[in-house]
Amino acid sequence: MSQEGISNTAEAAAIPNDWSGVVTDWSADKQTFQMSWGKAMMWFFLLSDTFIFACFLVGYMTVRVSTTEPWPVSSEVFALHLFGQDIPLILIAIMTFILITSSGTMAMAVNFGYRRDRKKTAILMLITALFGATFVGMQAFEWTKLIVDEGVRPWSNPMGAPQFGSSFFMITGFHGAHVTAGVIYLSVVAMKVLRGHYESKGYEIVEITGLYWHFVDLVWVFIFALFYLW
Amino acid sequence: MAYVAIADRQQELHDPQSFLTKYVWSQDHKVIAIQYALTAFAVGIVAVILSNMMRLQLAWPNEFAFIDPQTYYQSITMHGMIMVIYLLTALFLGGFGNYLIPLMCGARDMVFPFMNMLSYWVYLLSVVILMSSFLVPGGPTGAGWTLYPPQALLEGTPGSNWGIILMLVSLVFFIVAFTMGGLNYVTTVLQARCRGMTLMRLPLSVWGIFMATVIGLLVFPALLVSGIMMTFDKLFATSFFMPALISMGESADYSGGSPILFQHLFWFFGHPEVYIVALPAFGVVSDIISTHSRKNIFGYRMMVWAIVLIGGLSLIVWAHHMYVSGMNPYFGFFFATTTLLIAVPTAIKVYNWVLTLWRGNIRLNVPMLFAIGFIFTFTHGGLTGLFLGNVATDATLTDTYFVVAHFHMVMGVAPLLVVMASIYHWYPKVTGRMLNEKLGKLHFWVTFLGTYSIYLPMHYLGFLGIPRRYYAYGETDFIPNSAVDVNISITIATLIVSTIQLVFLFNLAYSYFRGKKAGPNPWEATTLEWQTPDTPPQHGNWGPELPTVYRWAFDYSVPGAVNDYIPQNQPSDETTGDAHETSDTGGGHQ
Repeated sequence: MSQEGISNTAEAAAIPNDWSGVVTDWSADKQTFQMSWGKAMMWFFLLSDTFIFACFLVGYMTVRVSTTEPWPVSSEVFALHLFGQDIPLILIAIMTFILITSSGTMAMAVNFGYRRDRKKTAILMLITALFGATFVGMQAFEWTKLIVDEGVRPWSNPMGAPQFGSSFFMITGFHGAHVTAGVIYLSVVAMKVLRGHYESKGYEIVEITGLYWHFVDLVWVFIFALFYLW
Repeated sequence: MAYVAIADRQQELHDPQSFLTKYVWSQDHKVIAIQYALTAFAVGIVAVILSNMMRLQLAWPNEFAFIDPQTYYQSITMHGMIMVIYLLTALFLGGFGNYLIPLMCGARDMVFPFMNMLSYWVYLLSVVILMSSFLVPGGPTGAGWTLYPPQALLEGTPGSNWGIILMLVSLVFFIVAFTMGGLNYVTTVLQARCRGMTLMRLPLSVWGIFMATVIGLLVFPALLVSGIMMTFDKLFATSFFMPALISMGESADYSGGSPILFQHLFWFFGHPEVYIVALPAFGVVSDIISTHSRKNIFGYRMMVWAIVLIGGLSLIVWAHHMYVSGMNPYFGFFFATTTLLIAVPTAIKVYNWVLTLWRGNIRLNVPMLFAIGFIFTFTHGGLTGLFLGNVATDATLTDTYFVVAHFHMVMGVAPLLVVMASIYHWYPKVTGRMLNEKLGKLHFWVTFLGTYSIYLPMHYLGFLGIPRRYYAYGETDFIPNSAVDVNISITIATLIVSTIQLVFLFNLAYSYFRGKKAGPNPWEATTLEWQTPDTPPQHGNWGPELPTVYRWAFDYSVPGAVNDYIPQNQPSDETTGDAHETSDTGGGHQ
């Protein structure tokens, strides 16, 4: 660390913690946000990705309103026959629970990362990835059930509006792709953590991975609310 | 724990060694910029040829056997799409953005050079996919650059099988490429500036490119989503955008989709796209005008806020493209209001450019000529925008040549004049040699007057009510003979303007080898890119030490200073020869 770096640290400590501090930060030289390049870039990417999902959901809601045929009743379509009775939304409830839980393990991984506990960080990240993989696996089961048992296709379905199938496969597919990418991303970073790859650079990468993972979870909450509960 | 700015940390530079890593798989932002620019020019030439084909048909209908209706519609589509996205967006952001952002911010490179390189190669892939649609059965899509469904997907529209799919796939790749590049540009501007470079000391070029990139990151998702949905409509017979309809006498396999939804998604991207092209032009032209009139830009803060405000407003005006699409009239009211509001920050910018020129010590060289030409064409195109932004006048003018004239003036000619201005301006930094001044002036005058003689008469055609996108008009009562003559004169002007661009290309090639040697700072400009230790700048840009910035980017003709310009990285006590602080107009440095 150079001499300039030290003086910069002193300046950073002097920034007041109110609106004038925000102004000072934003009009400062060198950098606008006190964070690394990678973290800043992840935030910008997530902002852009938010718009992608927002467009998907707005598009879905529009076709749902504009279609001329009745929309299938989601509590019936997404019901599972368990213990001799139909339980509405049970599968999706479990999936949501798993995904939200994975956000918790992810947050714990970030914590242990900053404490430089490599082993616990990596294990928690792998658990998170495992939850994610479980989610994708259950999604595959859900898709199979819809396609094979109930005859839902992207272009048509026996229950009513064809847009039901098209939006469902498109949106959950796009989200599932995000989760799959997240599982790979988590596993790669976890292995690198375990190997000590970040000892010199620091463990911010765990938090960056976590940002992506929390985002994927948060998006799921909206998909869940707008697709399954509506 | 307090955070140490990355600019203050030690960095390792890996100089590329082999030819391949230096010029082909390069991660250097300057090489990537040139790759982007050359690719964009190459597709640009294709687009110009296509426009000439359309003009030949319009002037002398049915004279040319190689232009049938199908070719004509394909030319319209590909011309528009290439010009807007693959040329202008790629050139301004991938080309100028890549070259100028690190140099003007005082960074060694973009923050993630590898991703930056990937961005170019994915862009190239998207271009290859787009061009390949000329070779597939049925040719490229002929749906118009807006690709409106249902017609884009139905039999009868040229390229409704292969062409449209390749177009959509190419767009998806372009968006991926743009996102990788755009994230780099935004992060570099915000997080990788050099010591002393505050946001409010940035040259306006960086502000314009930055804001355009931000808008791009927010609106390209809409194009991506509509592209994906439309691909599904085509490949899987889903009905996102396709209502139940009868095509070729048979009812198609669609029902219940919403074509208007596509228009909303498309224009949520499509209108901000205008500003993705225009904002970098605004920024760049501000710097050029200030430099060559040896005067600080008038109202720097206003200029910055105008850029930010235009960027923000551009997100809520999209439906003014849809006044006649069958929208709720109250929507029209809202969108007309926001559209006309944009005129306020835009007018501020135009006034400020003119006030910068006012009493300036104007050096009427080629970049300056192009920049002044831009003020004319942009003002002109902006004023006709007022007609089209109003619902009542738009209802009669829409889909006529008035619209064609308007948007070519405002987002075709105006940004392209800035492209020319900036190439003449920065070529000496990129290559170390000046472009030929005489050829440049010839290029300017023919281009400037030529484009006026193309687009000015088009307004008249529009007032006559001549619809756009028609292959031939035949014997039509309301079209007088004069309109036919005007069409011929427009075509001749088009051919001349297209031809003169060859002089420009020749100038680029000739000057690269034979041009006058340029010093490090031929225009005596203040911004950081002219202060690099080497010209052209080496890998890493700044030699061993990053520059330190002491002032804003516009210290021209400062009273008491030795030179009529003070570079941004010059400390105050070196400007006058003594230790008095006389020239710190940049808002003061702490």
